[in-house]
Amino acid sequence: MRGSLHAEWTKLRTLASTGWLLLAAAALTVAVSAAAAAATRCPSGGCADDPARISLTGIYLGQAVVAVLAVTAISGEYGTGMIRLTLTATPRRVIILAAKAAVLAGLVLVTGTIAVLCSLLAGGLILPGHGIGPSHGYPAISPGDGPVLRAAFGSVLYLALIALLSLGAATALREAAAAIGGVLGLLYLIPIIAFAAGNANLSRHLQQIGPMTAGLEIQATTSLNTLPISPWAGLGVLAAWAVGALLLGGLLLHLRDA
Amino acid sequence: MTTITSSRPTAQAGRAGFAHLLRAEWTKFRTVRGWVISVIVAMLLTILLGLFISHGDHTVPCSTGPNSSCTYAALPAGPGGESVTDTFYFVHRPLTSDGSITVRVASLTEVTESGTTSQGGPASTQPAAVPWSKAGLIITAGPSQGSAYAAVMVTGSHGTRVQWNYTGDTPGLAGSVSAASPRWLRLTRAGDVISGYDSADGTSWAKIGTVTLPGLASTVQAGMFATSPGSTKQTSQQVNGSSGTAVPTDATATFDRVGLHGGWPRTSWTGTSVTVRGISPYVTGHEAGYRQAGGTFTVTGSGDIAPDVTDGTPIDSLLAGLFLALIAVLVVGAQFMTAEYRRGLIRATLAASPRRGRVLAAKAIVLSGVSFAAALIASAAVLLVGIPLLRGSGNFVYPATALTEVRVIVGTAALVAVFAVFAVALGAILRHGAGTVAAVLVAVILPYLLTAGIAVLPAGAADWVLRITPAAGFAIRQAIPAYPQVAASYTPSSDYFPLAPWAGFAVTCAWAALALALAAYLLRRRNA
Repeated sequence: MRGSLHAEWTKLRTLASTGWLLLAAAALTVAVSAAAAAATRCPSGGCADDPARISLTGIYLGQAVVAVLAVTAISGEYGTGMIRLTLTATPRRVIILAAKAAVLAGLVLVTGTIAVLCSLLAGGLILPGHGIGPSHGYPAISPGDGPVLRAAFGSVLYLALIALLSLGAATALREAAAAIGGVLGLLYLIPIIAFAAGNANLSRHLQQIGPMTAGLEIQATTSLNTLPISPWAGLGVLAAWAVGALLLGGLLLHLRDA
Repeated sequence: MTTITSSRPTAQAGRAGFAHLLRAEWTKFRTVRGWVISVIVAMLLTILLGLFISHGDHTVPCSTGPNSSCTYAALPAGPGGESVTDTFYFVHRPLTSDGSITVRVASLTEVTESGTTSQGGPASTQPAAVPWSKAGLIITAGPSQGSAYAAVMVTGSHGTRVQWNYTGDTPGLAGSVSAASPRWLRLTRAGDVISGYDSADGTSWAKIGTVTLPGLASTVQAGMFATSPGSTKQTSQQVNGSSGTAVPTDATATFDRVGLHGGWPRTSWTGTSVTVRGISPYVTGHEAGYRQAGGTFTVTGSGDIAPDVTDGTPIDSLLAGLFLALIAVLVVGAQFMTAEYRRGLIRATLAASPRRGRVLAAKAIVLSGVSFAAALIASAAVLLVGIPLLRGSGNFVYPATALTEVRVIVGTAALVAVFAVFAVALGAILRHGAGTVAAVLVAVILPYLLTAGIAVLPAGAADWVLRITPAAGFAIRQAIPAYPQVAASYTPSSDYFPLAPWAGFAVTCAWAALALALAAYLLRRRNA
């Protein structure tokens, strides 16, 4: 396992695209978050906006870059034929997947932490000037605040789980483009269908099972009783999707010819 | 394919060559089983999703307040076929031929409920500012709901206006009415032509507008009216867009110096509450009505004479399933170009057709044709089957003209085709499958998701996002226009787009053209 970890770390580290993708994920997350915070205004202080959620809007974009990184980590090997060498070196194929997952998760956790902290910092600086701050009756965006800490920590975990979900899907599908289309389609399509479904009950159920809709409830810090699913349970739903995808990917990797 | 020996092939050969190229690209698409299956499965799933959505209950819940018309089996339709609200208090007399009526409006005030009592007792009232409260003179073609009319009026904060047939609206003098600055209004009828005038002093008059009501009967009802739409209080701006409760309001207007000229038979004034039976839109404890004291009339009314934009379901709300087909088309479109690079096929393709721009054009044409056909079948099936289903399950679906339906169906299909071209072009620019798919989905789906689907962005920012990103084209499916003279939440999360349908479509086309031009340039410049 240690050898595999080292091998996967070397492969990912030496790809020029890895650094650029991680940089893009962090930069886009922070940029969109800051833009969303700058665009939000609450002159009377009476809006039901959630300051932490606004400050973390960029995750919606950042997750797409993280998904690309995770998908290329395995699909790239199929594209170049490298996978055959990898499997010859480590005949226990599940070990490879586990090593890839560990290395990816580690990289995304580090990048995600930086992106989330910078986003919250930007939100904490911008929002009070726009009528959403402690002086207007909103919770302050500070790491000392329990729900904000949960939103920050949870958003980092969210990104890592998206990476694992994408890795599992890519291992199962092998085609990079199909995998990324499947993952982003799953993430983005469910909220759109839930939004259009006329039946409120049905829409709520869709939000409870969608990996993005459920997972991102971890960002909620206000009006928690109106959420379709509680923050940690929502992240649990995403974790279940990620584990399911990894198991399916692992099983297919084990069964199929490379 | 033959090698081109001449550096300047004749036009004839060029055309034949392009036909060959098209055929080659069509063969490439047709023979990749995954792509064909993806498009067909996505099309079928889209139809299923549309039927699934139309199965739901879209009726506005009855808890939105007395001004909501949730008990309407169907909303009345105006002369133009659109759904309308036709509720006001009318103090009228018959007008049998040409004539005019002149009046001075000395005041227009509105009240609303302040707080609700749990026992249903009379809630106390408080003054309110209702921007689109209306009081003035009106000539109506008949007593039924949705009749043709022309009116000149003062409004809460939009000055004097001439309005007609629910959708027509022309501004006159600005400023609101008070005892210090009253407004004089005049409505004249000559045959089926009605003109509205206003004046600040009763001596110098200005014509605001002239309206023709074709086929107006010789005897019409004309007189004074007052009405005031319920104001929507924003109660929450949740993740799922904003929701509000309608609060009833009343408008009371004082009219005096009533002057009649022309064919007014000698009868007295009659007060009528024009409304749908069983609906009382008034502030609790208030009644519609009028008082006459000497030459002064005090009229209290509630409701609106305007298009209805809140109580029904627009046809385009069924098309959300199209996003599934769109995602499939975008993924296939991205791969259509990037797969050539991955497999090295691009070298054979470019050797066979050294004019590289034509390869790109052929790919764009083949994929947009396939996407257009698939999306056309899906959207037509969803609307043609979904609308009757939706009506059948007790929902009120806004009527749409045949032209609007065609625009929604064909426009949506054309939009999917343009997005497919965008995906092919991005594929040629980025050359990397996963990156292209992610980029195109982020560019096309994410803006819509953030502004409408889950609406995390505030309304002002959401409007800008839907003006400048490729997602602007989704405006093509908006079936009900936004009316400036009706206060409502015209946000993307309520299915209203900031750009007009074809303007939004043009923005998406511009993005696709830009991407195509860059792709052609890079394809020519770069080594394959």
